[in-house]
Amino acid sequence: MNEAGRGSDGADAVAREAASAPLLAVENLTKHFSVKGSLLSRSNAVVQAVDDVSFLVRRGETLGIVGESGCGKSTTARLLMHLIARDSGRIRFAGRPVGAAHGLSRRDLHRQMQMVFQDSYASLNPRLPVAMSIAFGPFVHGLAKSAALQRARQLLEAVGLDPLLFANRYPHELSGGQRQRINIARALALEPRIVILDEAVSALDKSVEAQVLNLLADLKTHFDLTYIFISHDLNVVRYISDRVMVMYLGKVVEIGPVHQIYLHPQHPYTQALLTAMPSMDPGRRTLRAPLSGDPPNPISPPSGCRFRTRCPFAEKVCEAVPPQLLALQNSVAVACHMRFPGSGHSRADKTVPH
Amino acid sequence: MMAEAAALRVDASLVLQRAQQGKSYWRRVWERLLDDKLTLVVTAVLLLLLVMVLFAPWFTVHDPYTGSVLRRLKPVGTLGHWLGTDEVGRDLWSRMVYGGRMSLLAGVVPVFLALLIGGFLGILAGYAGGFLNSTIMRLTDVLYAFPSILLAIAITGILGSGLKNTILALTISFIPPIIRISESITAQTRHLDFVEAARASGARPLTIMRYHILNNVLGPILVYATSLISICIILAAGLSFLGLGVTPPSAEWGLMLNNLRQALWVSPLVAALPGVMIFITSMCFNLMSDGLRQAMDVRL
Amino acid sequence: MWTFTLRRLLYAVPVLLGVSMLVFVLIHLAPGDVVDILVPPEVPKDIADGLRRRFRLDEPIYLQYLAWLSRLLVGDFGISFFTGRPVAEELFGALANTLIIALPAALLGFSLGIALGALAAYSRDSWLDKVFSATAIIGVSLPHYWVGIVLVAIFSVVLNMLPAQGMGFEGLPTGWEEIKHLILPVITLSLIPMGVTSRLVRANVLEILSQEFVGTLHAKGLGKRRVLYHTLKNAAPSALALMGLQFGYLLGGSILVETVFNWPGSGGLMNLAIFRRDVPVLSATILVLAAIFVVINILVDVLQALIDPRMRR
Repeated sequence: MNEAGRGSDGADAVAREAASAPLLAVENLTKHFSVKGSLLSRSNAVVQAVDDVSFLVRRGETLGIVGESGCGKSTTARLLMHLIARDSGRIRFAGRPVGAAHGLSRRDLHRQMQMVFQDSYASLNPRLPVAMSIAFGPFVHGLAKSAALQRARQLLEAVGLDPLLFANRYPHELSGGQRQRINIARALALEPRIVILDEAVSALDKSVEAQVLNLLADLKTHFDLTYIFISHDLNVVRYISDRVMVMYLGKVVEIGPVHQIYLHPQHPYTQALLTAMPSMDPGRRTLRAPLSGDPPNPISPPSGCRFRTRCPFAEKVCEAVPPQLLALQNSVAVACHMRFPGSGHSRADKTVPH
Repeated sequence: MMAEAAALRVDASLVLQRAQQGKSYWRRVWERLLDDKLTLVVTAVLLLLLVMVLFAPWFTVHDPYTGSVLRRLKPVGTLGHWLGTDEVGRDLWSRMVYGGRMSLLAGVVPVFLALLIGGFLGILAGYAGGFLNSTIMRLTDVLYAFPSILLAIAITGILGSGLKNTILALTISFIPPIIRISESITAQTRHLDFVEAARASGARPLTIMRYHILNNVLGPILVYATSLISICIILAAGLSFLGLGVTPPSAEWGLMLNNLRQALWVSPLVAALPGVMIFITSMCFNLMSDGLRQAMDVRL
Repeated sequence: MWTFTLRRLLYAVPVLLGVSMLVFVLIHLAPGDVVDILVPPEVPKDIADGLRRRFRLDEPIYLQYLAWLSRLLVGDFGISFFTGRPVAEELFGALANTLIIALPAALLGFSLGIALGALAAYSRDSWLDKVFSATAIIGVSLPHYWVGIVLVAIFSVVLNMLPAQGMGFEGLPTGWEEIKHLILPVITLSLIPMGVTSRLVRANVLEILSQEFVGTLHAKGLGKRRVLYHTLKNAAPSALALMGLQFGYLLGGSILVETVFNWPGSGGLMNLAIFRRDVPVLSATILVLAAIFVVINILVDVLQALIDPRMRR
């Protein structure tokens, strides 16, 4: 474990940890996709979509995951949901390993953890009335059809849609916001503990997005849920998250409480991301582009620190040694040589540059 | 005042009832079909044809199998034989109506059978992926190596003619294209988000197939299959024309075309008539299939 | 690029093997065998069996298949039951005769098809396009062998302008008299390629015209003709693929037209073989036609990949 506030107030940290034992523990999660070359050529290009990713999710919190397209957020989500098989690493839910012989089976995991996808329309079977789509999960796990539909109607009400009006409608008869509510209802149908929201509001109009976000907040309290909220929209993540994890090219670069990350970002990439956010205040203009260059090819990422090709502070050690995700004070963990004395970086030991 | 309020209340509940129903995809397709005049007309024609063919004795006067040498090759418009007679003196109209039985049978049954077999294999291949998919598709490729008529000829030419072999040959000819289309559509559907969501619910493959795949996949496959019927009718008649299909003295449009070839010099109109039936039937099926396709192309 | 070609060629081998197996299986499913046909039924059984042994008909089936296959690969297609002559002789002569009508039919069908299709696409939604759509539906529903009969009825029987049947010459046509025999078969044969090609070209051109880059070309000031050239270049790959396939169908599916016109091509040969129950000729013809179809498919794939880099998987 590499991120649990260890090294600061020891006893305090231990007590805190015991009180809120992680609901989900992810260790060294790795997934590489091989890109098929032609049949007759030897080399197989490999996309290192998710590489040695580890993090915890505490009960009752909202963990935000941010990063550019292609950084591995969605792949991580699918790995957690076991929709694709991981190459290596462990996943533990409430302490029980998933997929191992004596632990939780995939099917049992699905009762504990569910997901809401980005495309509200493609997520619903166009041939089924929405109540059936919602009821499908419980029905599959043994509930009788009528009971499942009854639960579906209750959930419709919980997400703010009148069951009398909406239960027998089809997806094409609903708006984007309504469909996403249906998707949320469907995710809740199995009464999970964790809900993964993969860019769930990204495709909605801003006003609708706000409504859905508020709905999510209400549901969280009402059903005692834990959220993993994946998005590329930094504002939304800030609004809804308790802790935030920043990913770059398949690796975790920084993770910590939301205020710490947004006010005092430690990793150069996080700093650049936040600076790149346009501000409403014309007084705060961005004069210089914070990030240079294009994101490198995920097929052959740079050696050592993957961010070094775009980092203004890159040095020789960054090329040679991949930085580990280590804890700082304030419950923040970061993977950057600059932050840790003795790493070999010239800026270690100095104060944080902005 | 009270009456108006009551009327308003009734209207509101009707609206509510309507809204509660929700229009399923198939209902919308049905409504669009009913709007499509051309398709309705064509379907009516086909139904009429079917009725005439099934109840042939009611619609014809003469026996299609007995002819009189004295009355050979009478032209169109002869008294008592309004479409003339064939080369053996049989009434052409009777031959055409009774011949419709064979022609329609050989035109529709193979597509139906190919739909069952090919649809099953294609959907299986599309959903399963991997080794099963490769095996099925490679075997399909072997059959695809034959131009369709060649395959049908190979089977009937070597195994012998007759209705059974004709249906067998045509079924085998139409299985590959149906497998291809079914596999393609199923594979595409399988990667859609809602199927992934169904998997994320922990459902087993068979359940997913039943509730999420089939209801999305069967429609387009069905439309494609109906478009094959018109081709099958032409091919079936063609096989009979070559002497590989239905055998004499049965009546069948393609066979009649062949038998009447010599009569071309004597009575060209009569000789060409059976082909008209093939053409009309094939075109009706074509238009019907087009109409179905357009109705199903509902922008959701 | 070359790896792609190699892959396609290698892939064709199992397909061809499968085809040969299919034909072989069919031959063996046929009622009766060689000896029954060659020999009158009164012959005593042991003589018939001796003949069977000589023809190696008592060996296990896979050995027979291998023997048959090895003979095929050397070019020995067997002896015709009916004429006693080597099948290869008759087959390739017949194929040449089919080519004499297939090639002109392909040219005629494709060129008219492209012209009609492009015309229809450009005059979209006008009456011309509606006429085109109607003609297309009619064209697809017509049995082309029937059209052949109708043409004979009109031009031979009624008008007496063109010969009704037969090839009338050997080798290549040399004069108008000989070409007259070609006209009706070629027209009949060209109908299906013309219909299919025109539909595809129309659909493709429409799709390309609606794409944004065409608007860009116009905005750049390119004249209509240049835009047309670019459009056709984009439509070419799939059109070429289709034409290749259609040509394959022409070769393999010419039997109906050849029957109508008594044309001594590969189709006519098959027809005769069927009636004479001449299994070697029939099976060899089917096999060769299927093999040609497979080769054409490969050529089409390679050609497509050459033109459109996106196709190189």
